[in-house]
Amino acid sequence: MFVSTGKELIEICNQQNISIWEYTIIQEIEKSESNHQSVINKMRSTLHVMMNSSTYAQENQVHSVSGLIGGDAYKIRQYANKNNTLTGEFMNRAMARALSSSEVNAAMGRIAACPTAGSCGILPAVVLSAGEKLNKSEDELINALFTAAGVGIIIAKNATLAGAEGGCQAECGSAAAMASAAVVEMMGGRPEQALSAAAIVIKNILGLVCDPVAGLVEVPCAKRNIAGTVSALTTADLVMSGIYSKIPFDEVVWAMHKVGKQMPSELRETALGGVAITPTALKYKKEIFKD
Amino acid sequence: MRNFSVFDIIGPIMIGPSSSHTAGAARLAKVAAAIAGKQIKRVEFLLHGSFSETYKGHGTDKALAAGILNMEPWDEDLKNSFEIAAKKGIEIIFTPADLGDVHPNTVKFIITKDDGSISMVTGSSIGGGNILIFDIDGQAVEFTGERPTLLTRHRDLPGVISKISSILYEENINIANMRVYRNEKGKMATMALETDSIITEEAMSRIKDIGEIDNVKFINPIVEEVI
Repeated sequence: MFVSTGKELIEICNQQNISIWEYTIIQEIEKSESNHQSVINKMRSTLHVMMNSSTYAQENQVHSVSGLIGGDAYKIRQYANKNNTLTGEFMNRAMARALSSSEVNAAMGRIAACPTAGSCGILPAVVLSAGEKLNKSEDELINALFTAAGVGIIIAKNATLAGAEGGCQAECGSAAAMASAAVVEMMGGRPEQALSAAAIVIKNILGLVCDPVAGLVEVPCAKRNIAGTVSALTTADLVMSGIYSKIPFDEVVWAMHKVGKQMPSELRETALGGVAITPTALKYKKEIFKD
Repeated sequence: MRNFSVFDIIGPIMIGPSSSHTAGAARLAKVAAAIAGKQIKRVEFLLHGSFSETYKGHGTDKALAAGILNMEPWDEDLKNSFEIAAKKGIEIIFTPADLGDVHPNTVKFIITKDDGSISMVTGSSIGGGNILIFDIDGQAVEFTGERPTLLTRHRDLPGVISKISSILYEENINIANMRVYRNEKGKMATMALETDSIITEEAMSRIKDIGEIDNVKFINPIVEEVI
């Protein structure tokens, strides 16, 4: 059975001299009573869904069912090609990828929830952007998704991945933490560095509420996928420079869980608080549900 | 502490925007259609709670129609389900309703078939695309559709369940979970039986032949294969 804490995960990986992704694959084969090939193939098809969702809305102007969001991934992609961006082509293309999956999701296209549909833009954007920059093979990208899943399993066991229970910190926060850990292992970082990255990402988003305008997975969700993507990528560099989280991963997850419990229900996906009840949000809601 | 699979965290592969309001809705309708059987003419969806309040924005309505058309929750045609239903001559009606003290994402399906008969199924989308069916034609039941499920309507007499389990044993099919429901002793009973492996055609036809069984349905799990 998959270990229950980050501390145990680091210990077992170090004892066996394996990465988090290797440990996660071994556990999945055992749990599913399956074999290596079929577990890898299932993740390969997930990766392909991610590749499509993170590309489609960059090349096609995609609009949500409600009409509230759309066309922005296309805009950033056009902008990323210019030479005068502030954070460079890499970061702008990563942002475009994140927004693409979020827009495809809102437009009833096909996505892979990771860990949720609302946060489906982060992991593909981070892993595909880092993989492209570092010239990683498809198999290495698949491995990165297993690292992410392993970290996600620990969070799910000790806290929650649902916005309705823990706010956006539990959805986009967990997605970004999983993604950052995946890139750290992809860059050759050790398991303790991967979890350090996950801890830093969660600390930086701790307390983020879930306040969807009109109750829809669009505003502010899509842009929070961008924020999570940027945080995951920059934190991977931070950790690879030798910086560690002063608070261990398990304690950060504990804090996130506790903060989620302390959040009033108005700030947990009910659309009764936060930006969801601003005058402009209420105006949007009225327009969308007018009949 | 739950033993999560990697694909509980990264997955499901689905049509957006919401695992509970879209993917779960499609899954509920697909199971409801399987329970009703073929030749569906008209479906009225009674939408409760969050389903009734936000169904348009989340595409819950399109997902429900898609499920009735037997689409998978990851079918990219899901958003075109109204047009497809219209072409097939299936009438679709959405009615906000108060279904009582139930999960906020609950829907009751009133399904009319070509021969005029009506099936009623009620279920909830309980998160992450997972579902729970809890009422069929006024009979309380409880199953998730995660495993192959056998639903029987049979006379409440000694030995009926034993006959079913013997056939499954002879076909080497392990029973994971089973529950029997009845409103009155000795009248009609309903059984929901979940197995670890697919129930073979052979087992199905042998179960159908049991004299005390009025009606038997088999529901395949909606499991993602490599897409």
